Amino acid sequence: MGVGITVEHLNAYYGKTQALFDINISVLANHATALIGPSGCGKSTFIRCLNRMHETIPEARVDGSVRIGDFSVYNGSSATQLRRRVGMVFQKANPFPTMSIYDNVAAGLKLNGFRNRKQLNEIVEKSLSRAALWDEVKDSLHKKSGAGLSGGQQQRLCIARALAVQPEVLLMDEPCSALDPISTGKIEELIFQLKEQYTIVIVTHNMQQAARVAEFTGFFLLGKMIEFDKTEKIFTNPSDKRTEDYVTGRFG
Amino acid sequence: MMRSRFQQEMEVLREKLLRMGGLAEQAVDRACQAYTERDLARCQMVLENESLINAAEREIDELAFDILATQQPAAVDLRFILAVTKINSDLERVGDQAVNIAERVMDLIELPIAELPVDIARMATAVGAMVRRSLESFVEAKAELAQAVLEMDHVVDRMRDEAFIMLVRKMNEQPQVTQQALDALLVARNLERVADHATNIAEDVIFWVRGFDVRHHAQAIAAAQVPPNPEP
Repeated sequence: MGVGITVEHLNAYYGKTQALFDINISVLANHATALIGPSGCGKSTFIRCLNRMHETIPEARVDGSVRIGDFSVYNGSSATQLRRRVGMVFQKANPFPTMSIYDNVAAGLKLNGFRNRKQLNEIVEKSLSRAALWDEVKDSLHKKSGAGLSGGQQQRLCIARALAVQPEVLLMDEPCSALDPISTGKIEELIFQLKEQYTIVIVTHNMQQAARVAEFTGFFLLGKMIEFDKTEKIFTNPSDKRTEDYVTGRFG
Repeated sequence: MMRSRFQQEMEVLREKLLRMGGLAEQAVDRACQAYTERDLARCQMVLENESLINAAEREIDELAFDILATQQPAAVDLRFILAVTKINSDLERVGDQAVNIAERVMDLIELPIAELPVDIARMATAVGAMVRRSLESFVEAKAELAQAVLEMDHVVDRMRDEAFIMLVRKMNEQPQVTQQALDALLVARNLERVADHATNIAEDVIFWVRGFDVRHHAQAIAAAQVPPNPEP
């Protein structure tokens, strides 16, 4: 099951440049939360702070508190432990190109020393089913490489790969921006189903997508969280003028 | 980046609705003048202009539909378009009520003049003011003006109730003027319906401008309820 995420007084920096300013947010477990805002507003930086990817950039640093369930992200725990609990899907699908479909999904588990073949088979099937890809690839699991799939299938393969390690949280950074409307529709439908089991945070430039898939939406601007509320409130009657100007296309 | 094409389309929509509002307002004014002056020519004008109002209604709906489909408006823009489509429908109904009044007047003109205990002109003035103010509140995007229209609705309701009592009494006392009294009663009812449409328009303006629904005392009901699941 998914767990909630609590962020308190989060600041993020790239060297001397501050990218996030005092972010406070509570993400509800088993809900989809969308983050919107113009390019450079800090939404991707924020999502990368949730799984400690931000600190992989030279001179980048973070202060403040992030808790994933009862797990304190920045309090001595290892990034590896964290990333077992937090899966991530990126803008561009990035399957391991030389691995088969099966091995792509099983990679995370194998890396963690998981060797039981029968259980591996079960988890691969379950993950591909949850990612709505099983029916399309079940006959070519070992024959076809991940790179041989279409863009939309590759993205769902990446989702299956993230699900295979049984995370509690799934982070998605513009997962549909390179996909056609049909593939986008499949991913959105998937998000809708996945939130029953996982907590989902999705960064998107597509405001209609945020409106369609997320129960809560946060609006970022210049590194600050301007407004966080129920999605229908953000898109019908936001409290802050800046949010309204953004969602109505008056800037951004 | 401003969405200039979108803003232009919204402006066209607004202008079309204002023209429609002008037609509907004019129809009610003409119908009421026709009543007080027993003017058949004005009645004919009201009937002829109904097709203009109907055509305007279709045009506005089509444009609103196109904007919704192609621009996916949000927040205040979405509320604006929803309000426009509802106001559009109310204005078309105002036009229908004007036609109903004109038809009653045409009936009355054929009958002998009767002294009736009802001040239709006064009621028409009040209703005309409601329609004008509701449209002004739309033009100026002023919820306060719209709020004032809501408060006027009770006054017109009272006028209609009084007219009903007085005219029924008249029918009982002087059955020979029953037809005239009945026509006047129907005109009073039509005017009260126009006032209801003006009230609806005002409520839609408040929804557009302030973002909350005041129909059927929804605001008071919502305030009385315990808020649902608080913010996460």
